[in-house]
Amino acid sequence: MTNNKLQSNRRTFIKVSAAAGGGMILGFNILGCKTDPKRPAFVAQQLANPDSWSELNGFLRIGNNGVVTIMNPNPEIGQNVKTSMPMIVAEELDVDWDNVIVEQAGLDTENFSRQLAGGSQSIRHGWDGLRKTGATARHMLVEAAALKLEVPSSELTTKSGIIYHEASGKSISYGDVASAAVDIEVPEEVALKDPKDFTIIGKDTRNVDGFNIAMGKPLFGLDVQREGMLIAMIEHPPSFGMKIASIDDSAARAMPGIKDIITVNVEPEGSEKQWSDVNAFPELVAIVGNSTWQVMKAKKALKVEWERISDAESSSDHETTLSDLVSKAPNEAARKDGNPDSAFASAAQVIEKTYNAPFLAHNTMEPMNFFANVTADRAELEGPIQTPEFLRMTISSVCGIPQENVSIMMTRMGGGFGRRLYGHFGTEAAVISQQIGAPIKLVYTREDDMTQGTYRPAYKVTYKAGLDAAGNLIAFHVRGAGTHGSPVFANRYPAGAVDNYLAENHSKESNISTGAWRAPRSNFIATAEQSFLDEVAEAAGKDPIDFRLALFDRAINKPVGEKNDYDAERYAGVLKLVKEKSGWGTDTPGVHRGVSAYYCHNSYVAQVLDVVMEDGSPRVKKVHCAVDCGIVVNPEGAKNQIEGGIVDGIGHAMYSALTFNNGTPDQNNFHQYRLIRHAEAPESIEVHFVDNGIAPTGLGEPSLPPIGAALANALYKATGTRLYTQPFNTQEPLLG
Amino acid sequence: MAQYNLNVNGQNRQVDVDSDTPLLWVLRDTLSLVGTKYGCGIAQCGACTVHIDGKAIRSCSTPISAVANQKVTTIEGLSEDGSHPVQQAWIEHDVPQCGYCQAGQIMTAAALISDNKNPSDSDISDAMNGNICRCGTYLRIKAAVKTAAKNA
Repeated sequence: MTNNKLQSNRRTFIKVSAAAGGGMILGFNILGCKTDPKRPAFVAQQLANPDSWSELNGFLRIGNNGVVTIMNPNPEIGQNVKTSMPMIVAEELDVDWDNVIVEQAGLDTENFSRQLAGGSQSIRHGWDGLRKTGATARHMLVEAAALKLEVPSSELTTKSGIIYHEASGKSISYGDVASAAVDIEVPEEVALKDPKDFTIIGKDTRNVDGFNIAMGKPLFGLDVQREGMLIAMIEHPPSFGMKIASIDDSAARAMPGIKDIITVNVEPEGSEKQWSDVNAFPELVAIVGNSTWQVMKAKKALKVEWERISDAESSSDHETTLSDLVSKAPNEAARKDGNPDSAFASAAQVIEKTYNAPFLAHNTMEPMNFFANVTADRAELEGPIQTPEFLRMTISSVCGIPQENVSIMMTRMGGGFGRRLYGHFGTEAAVISQQIGAPIKLVYTREDDMTQGTYRPAYKVTYKAGLDAAGNLIAFHVRGAGTHGSPVFANRYPAGAVDNYLAENHSKESNISTGAWRAPRSNFIATAEQSFLDEVAEAAGKDPIDFRLALFDRAINKPVGEKNDYDAERYAGVLKLVKEKSGWGTDTPGVHRGVSAYYCHNSYVAQVLDVVMEDGSPRVKKVHCAVDCGIVVNPEGAKNQIEGGIVDGIGHAMYSALTFNNGTPDQNNFHQYRLIRHAEAPESIEVHFVDNGIAPTGLGEPSLPPIGAALANALYKATGTRLYTQPFNTQEPLLG
Repeated sequence: MAQYNLNVNGQNRQVDVDSDTPLLWVLRDTLSLVGTKYGCGIAQCGACTVHIDGKAIRSCSTPISAVANQKVTTIEGLSEDGSHPVQQAWIEHDVPQCGYCQAGQIMTAAALISDNKNPSDSDISDAMNGNICRCGTYLRIKAAVKTAAKNA
């Protein structure tokens, strides 16, 4: 599967752009030598600016001095694709990473495909195309060198940006043949490296923006500043199910620095909506002025009357509705194997438990924002967006500007977690700019951000397991319900490992906007399922890892059904690896352990979490984590993702909740919405990768879902309390 | 509007803003020093941390009138070339994921190690607990603070 387009249109290969003569390009690099203690080890390395660049395809330019610029096609939300995607191109191009400069691409559907950050899919979908892109450019450089050196190209080899002819001892650099390479015919097929020859992929590589982040350089949407740019803020209804009734802006208008106060509608009649246009408040008041603080103050002085147009929902209503739903069978099953009813009737032991979780806000540290400059026939957008292609479609439709006249530049994002899939804030910025007739930067306050979300839905799930007299799992039933969709994946483990299996889904509609939140559905269901299996294993009198492995054996040797959407061997593989690496089975006094394993976003993760009691309170001491994501492109970046997912998962399972009272969120900032902090993070996390050479899959999400159960299972050992309701600290006061 | 003099990153600057304007917005909007970040506006997340006379403070909740004539250091002024031991340690440990909170984390860490040359784990937790990292890079931050303290 080739998802990253290769340029097959020859004309795009002949662009040769001359650089502004002389000068230096600032790349970030690591000198890494500490011989002089006074000199910093990590510096902004200056690479010589070439006299000319040759653009071999939309992904890369090679300077006549051998400096290579590689574009990062996808939005960077902290998942580190800006480093890892160009690494894949550089690998097949066969250049030194130290000679590479990475640039962020804007939305460019001619040259790139799937410019989207979501579902942990950038590396998985990009893998083949990125490799071919690098290999194609390498092929063209080699062919150009063959013409220049007058030798057959088959006798040429490459290494670190140099082309060698061993027989004659001749060599020539990429920079010397780059301009000639643009005239080489683009090959239909190219040879790719044998993974054992990789020199960049699989090597710890630091974040390409690491230096600029440490220097506080402007990288984010909120940092965009332009000549003549005004600041805009919005006022949205205080409660879901409300809209604007009337506005008294007289006091706000009179305040210093205020240019205009307008109403905007991002869903005008006849406009076309995309899947990404999830938005509970399409009509807003916009306040536009000279500076952020002036606009913030005017926003507070604004008087808006709101009217109710649909129900005022409260968390207690959600609890009642979801409880009601999980207590009854839906009209049809999502999956049924065997005869669950008779198997439960014949079981020696039946265990039934219900698990709950609240709404969650994404709370990216960088609040929603976007720059827009919309003129009569053109729209220029710049800001943090996970779905730029869809944003362009919406803006084109809403503003009445052809798509080809809408440009979108993706900034580095101060977090995404799914929130920036839903780009209404980009459309709002465009509409405000169009109405005002000036470039504006729309800025959400934290309160706006937290109370106008596309939240993780509230969920509830009931599990039932039947054991025979020998403690074998003979029947399994899962029934899930959520506000906007059930959290249950009917074809996931333990489906396929139990003869009699029933999965059922319920959904409750709500006027509270919800959407994907890091590892959608999995972020709740993994914790419920893996906590439940722990309790079932205990009831069966079995070790929790052995109990799970026995089920995997069944799924490997004699799977039930045909739709199981996991590879049982890889699943069991991570569990075995974490068992070995954590030294499972050797009890350490005072250390309470919990285990969990889960598969999502095409990757497999198993975790063992250790809790100790300190001054009467539990503390997460250590997490062992085994991961199978196939080839690991950048181990250092991958470890960082896994650590982050673990900390994030512990934090949300333990402390975080968004609750509602008459349609209004009870929490609007971090004094009310609790996020995990330094002192609550595990003391250490040890990550182990399965080395299997399989094409890589994603890591932005998979380490988060299982950790809640590893935590709950360890806390049970430590405190004797099984945890069924998130956040756990609301169920167990000991957790603080 | 009123005029205020302050020293930012070693330079004397004069700004003409409302007296209740938080230092954060003076830095970002008036002086175009956007390295200091807006996170919550109520001193709960630490993204806006800068130094006033060497002490870490939350610039989002510090009005300009309270810091006139004082020495302000922002992330841009920590070093000219990234050579500050905290910046070096952050790069060495490849701390950031999204990177948005890191300027605030770095400024808090820099204030910590200037006061405490050998911080323990609990010293680090105590000092850094006001800085939220939504990506969960806390373990790397702790390791980087230790490295920075050693190299300072």
